[in-house]
Amino acid sequence: MAYRLGVDVGGTFTDLLLLDDASGEAWREKVPSTPHDPSVAVVEGTLSVCGKAGVQPADVRLFMHGTTVATNTVLTSTGARVGLVTTEGYRQVLQVARSFVPGGLAGWIIWNKPPLIAPLDCTVEVPERIGADGAVVRPLDEAALRAALQNLKAQNVEAVTISFINSYLNDAHERRAGEIAREIFPDIPVSLSAQVLPEMYEYERALTTCANSYVRPRVAKYVHNLKTQLEASGMRANMNLLRSDAGLMSFEKAQESPVNLLMSGPAGGVAGALWVCQQSGFKNLLTVDVGGTSTDVALIENAHPRVTRDTECGDLKVRATSLDIRTVGAGGGSIAQVNPLTGALRVGPESAGAVPGPVCYSKGGDKPTVTDANVVLGYLPEELLGGAMKLDRPAAAASLQPLADSLGVSLQQAAKGVYDIVNENMMGALRLISVQQGYDPREFALVAFGGAGPLHANALGRLLGSWPVIVPPSPGVLCAFGDATTRLRAERARSLTKTFADMTDADVARYLDELANEVAQELEAEGVPRSDQELILEAGVRYSGQAFEVALPVKRDQFTGNGLQQLGDAFDAEHLRAFTFKLDADRELVTLRATALGKASNIQATQLPTRAAKGGWPFGKKKDGDLSDAIIRNHRLWADGEEHDAVIYDRAKLRAGDKINGPAIVSEMDSTTVILPGHAAEVDSHGLLLIRPV
Amino acid sequence: MPAKIIETNQTPFERIAVDPITLDIIENALRNARTEMDATLFRTAMSPGIREQGDAFPLIAEKDGRMIVGQFGSFLDGFLKGYNGALEEGDVIWLSDPYSCEGAISHVNDWLIIMPIFRKGRVISWALHFGHQTDVGGKVPGSLPTDATSIYQEGIRIPPVKLYRKGEFQEDILRLVLANTRMTEWCRADLIAIVASCRIAERRVNEICDRFGDDLYVSACQDLLARNRRAMAQLIQTSISTEKLTFEDYICDDGRGFGPYKIKATMWREGEKVILDWEGTDPQSESSINFYLNENMLKMFFGVYMIMVFDPQILFNDGFYDLVEVRIPQGSLLKPDFPAALSCRTHALGRIFDVLGALLGQRAPEFLNAAGFSSSPHLMLSGRYRETGKYYQLFQIGFGGIPGRPFGDGADGHSLWPNFTNVPNEFLEAYFPLRIERYESIPDSGGAGKHRGGNGIRISYRFLEPGMFAIHDDRWFIKPWGVNGGDPGERSRKILVRANGATTILPSKCDDIAVQPGDLLHYDTWGGGGWGDPLDREADLVGLDVRLGLVSVEGAKRYGVVCAANGAVDLGATEALRAALRASRPAAGIFNTGGDVESLRARCEAETGLPAPVPPREQLVAHRMAAE
Repeated sequence: MAYRLGVDVGGTFTDLLLLDDASGEAWREKVPSTPHDPSVAVVEGTLSVCGKAGVQPADVRLFMHGTTVATNTVLTSTGARVGLVTTEGYRQVLQVARSFVPGGLAGWIIWNKPPLIAPLDCTVEVPERIGADGAVVRPLDEAALRAALQNLKAQNVEAVTISFINSYLNDAHERRAGEIAREIFPDIPVSLSAQVLPEMYEYERALTTCANSYVRPRVAKYVHNLKTQLEASGMRANMNLLRSDAGLMSFEKAQESPVNLLMSGPAGGVAGALWVCQQSGFKNLLTVDVGGTSTDVALIENAHPRVTRDTECGDLKVRATSLDIRTVGAGGGSIAQVNPLTGALRVGPESAGAVPGPVCYSKGGDKPTVTDANVVLGYLPEELLGGAMKLDRPAAAASLQPLADSLGVSLQQAAKGVYDIVNENMMGALRLISVQQGYDPREFALVAFGGAGPLHANALGRLLGSWPVIVPPSPGVLCAFGDATTRLRAERARSLTKTFADMTDADVARYLDELANEVAQELEAEGVPRSDQELILEAGVRYSGQAFEVALPVKRDQFTGNGLQQLGDAFDAEHLRAFTFKLDADRELVTLRATALGKASNIQATQLPTRAAKGGWPFGKKKDGDLSDAIIRNHRLWADGEEHDAVIYDRAKLRAGDKINGPAIVSEMDSTTVILPGHAAEVDSHGLLLIRPV
Repeated sequence: MPAKIIETNQTPFERIAVDPITLDIIENALRNARTEMDATLFRTAMSPGIREQGDAFPLIAEKDGRMIVGQFGSFLDGFLKGYNGALEEGDVIWLSDPYSCEGAISHVNDWLIIMPIFRKGRVISWALHFGHQTDVGGKVPGSLPTDATSIYQEGIRIPPVKLYRKGEFQEDILRLVLANTRMTEWCRADLIAIVASCRIAERRVNEICDRFGDDLYVSACQDLLARNRRAMAQLIQTSISTEKLTFEDYICDDGRGFGPYKIKATMWREGEKVILDWEGTDPQSESSINFYLNENMLKMFFGVYMIMVFDPQILFNDGFYDLVEVRIPQGSLLKPDFPAALSCRTHALGRIFDVLGALLGQRAPEFLNAAGFSSSPHLMLSGRYRETGKYYQLFQIGFGGIPGRPFGDGADGHSLWPNFTNVPNEFLEAYFPLRIERYESIPDSGGAGKHRGGNGIRISYRFLEPGMFAIHDDRWFIKPWGVNGGDPGERSRKILVRANGATTILPSKCDDIAVQPGDLLHYDTWGGGGWGDPLDREADLVGLDVRLGLVSVEGAKRYGVVCAANGAVDLGATEALRAALRASRPAAGIFNTGGDVESLRARCEAETGLPAPVPPREQLVAHRMAAE
């Protein structure tokens, strides 16, 4: 028997989902997280969920895990002391960066540059040079390199990065330097830029490789620890982590290129949301994941999440493929204030975070936050289900009153203002991934998760015209679903940058065959036979002279004569769609990319019983449409300029086919859904709440 | 005669009340729209100056043309006053003549697109965007001839013309213009991309109106203007004195051996109004360093500088314009008479920021930054590949040191221009016959201070094919001044090393320098001035800069710090040196310019390797002598 296990480690709970590959049957478990050593909860949960299913850890064939360890290392600045070796003349590649100062005109007056990820005193340069044609201009001076590496050793670096100019064209010097570095530093990881990111642009490549070095020791330690613990529990599974692009990579690979894990956690959410919604037939989705300090949004078109080449994590922006997840500094903890000079209401990006947190948490927070506004509006009831915490509504109101006073509006109006502005900020991010990319949000459903997502979901749907608004059950389980249902994935790209005129279909076909073969072999090595693999090919095209390419799907078979012609036409059409025009200019093939995917799991979606089907008490007793047994209590909430009577429902007691008219609140253990007046939510057969205007 | 706008719907907009929250939402929506304008352009443009460096400026204006979101204030006012024609729905204006729009764009390289946004027969908004074209013809590649004596030598000058007439694209006009540039493809692509970004703005404005209603949108724009005005009125009242304050700074030279050119400004408040008077600025130059300074743009610069430290999130708009009065003498360097050459106005544009900063900071030294904006150093390179005969042309903008500031040290080699980035060297090497052998900040070039000025950059270009280059830079003679006890930053310099080893120091502004394969150009930019007393800087921070290679062991002594090459500070020696320096130095003023013009002139050749510039007033004498 073969099982797969998906694990999501959240701040509060660790969620696990065990799947029987053959039958599709699933078991869930939720255990408290253990932040000091997350593997403790993982192992405990694993044993527990295996117990529920009556199987042994040894029966688990695939272990899949989305992790925030790389992300947190960057966000808390707790990564390795990184050494960097550059080409002579480029020691300050990170110091000068792209010379960019944020903040617009006069932004330099208030901007302080954040510290470098590889400090200058840990950066050395060596004589060597590759030209723009890939030829060696100056050989690598190995003696000088050894001396430079000894200097780094004296600086006690914990990871070494080698990033030479033009190495994306010829990495011979980097590889040789890597060999020597491993001799001198046998115990610490060495990352080579041409391996981590074989692409033009020296700053982006050096930065990305340094970021890789920065998170590498922590990730390696975490992965090693987890593997040891799991193996001690008897597990023999193929162990994988979820990458930023929602593919999977083995623990071994993850230790080499952890820069691909920076979005691992959020990617699990997007993958899970997609999987869950797809079961109910929704393939075009905008996802909104609202946390305490920030909101992550992504767009899924025809069941494919959009992918980007850049990963942003805090101040760090690296070139690594990830789901196109945009983050705005708008979350439950975002602080609201009225600027004394301009009298404008601002929400975020400053956040009260978990500590001291919103005022209503009574943990010492004294600045009004979005969560406080939600409490004042009645969207977030004082008593939370399953939570030991009671929210302090009078304190929340008191903290918002000064804002109301300086705006000259009522308390509720001010709270609604905070709510509306934070929604507007979230919508700005949603607009970037939808409208700006040429997608009409009205053709997408909006799926909201994360602790606070369902509080804002209905309002966002109304702003964007995205219906239905979908609220899947339990955010933690959602990520575990994403982890467990993800397919193994291998990806290779080739940087070409040649005009179409300088290429033939035969050239393209040859490159594609090479790439396809490489990814197929990689997956085979992971235990996926070719017969179970799916291959996706993609070409990056731009007009010669442009800076950015457009990624387009291609087929190997099309390159038999007029394949380039077809590709050019497809590019023109896409350019017209996204940017309102096309050009009569030379087209350039920038990259070719091959992705191989392993077999999808055949997990079955949960079926929620209907009231009629359930028969006996408590579900069958009441007449059709009567939800009184799911009611927790009556309530009042503020919307559209007045206070309304509303009802709070217990989500666990809802059944398929139930319909809830707004204004209403649906409460579950780790989130709360608001249904606004003029809207109604329907519970579908898989347990999703589908909110639509009435 | 002003532009006539033909609206088929004569109903006036109704002024309605807008609640403060809806107002913020509309402001945010417009902010997002402007971000999208940028994104569209950068993704689709072709010239490195726009696609890599970001030399382009979008804005959205309200129905009467006042900027609601943007950077440099509205470009529209001067055009509307001067355009002798009618504007109809579907028209899109294209122009590049600074004299046709009161200097809203300031040289003919900047192509401006103006798109009225019609909605139900009425103009409800405007989208505008301009970008610097790599080449618009004229006597030199890059179209920025230092020695031009009239605008006729600076390339094709486009008066306001309709690129679209009632929605119909006027291809002939585009062909006519493109025939006059050396970089046809880039110009075509960049222009179309600029139009596309305005179309994006048009869509967004229409969506906002769909959502909130036309009257509410128009009313909200008025409220946003009013809100800004209120804030500025209060700021002006509290921070600008009725007493006259003066500051003067200089453009080092005009590229023809004359200089420095004085830029002088006096600022005071009369009632609720600020006066910025540029009386005392030198007369216009006979070369191309003149800067046709648009009064509205200057008001915007002033406003943004004022407010940046108080509410950085604010979206600046034109609402406060009547609170600022700008007086610029006709015929001066900042308002030259037609047809004065304007192409190299970038030096004066930069200097305006230093002067404004100095004026505003004098009353509030804690908000005073040192000098750093000094210029926008250009390199123009062109030639033909020997083997293929293919033409290449590059326009690249360099960066220097950010000055020391009350908020902290200046960054090394970063951009003072909004949203600009450098050109990646691997990109340069891939597309141009160049090898960049060195790209790093120059140790000690930032002025010493409690907060250090940022270092300038050295770029070393090795030429791989024959070609010609031109350089436009400044701050090679007059130093980037320090403030509140900080030292001036180092000046810029350009050194050409021929393949045979012969070395020349090049003037800061020069055209048509021929190069052969193997020649090497060291392009050094200026460092930012220092802020505050360098002897007050924590010795360990100085030691750290030494260890990082940003300050030398010798350079640390300017801070009174004695340290080893690894940055380890000798505390005893440091204390002694600091005491000795404190005892021997003269009292510091607010500004440290590193000496007056005459003393700089006297030391010029010895310090810079270049002859001192000749005072501009002697041009007339020189002319007379030449005539005789």
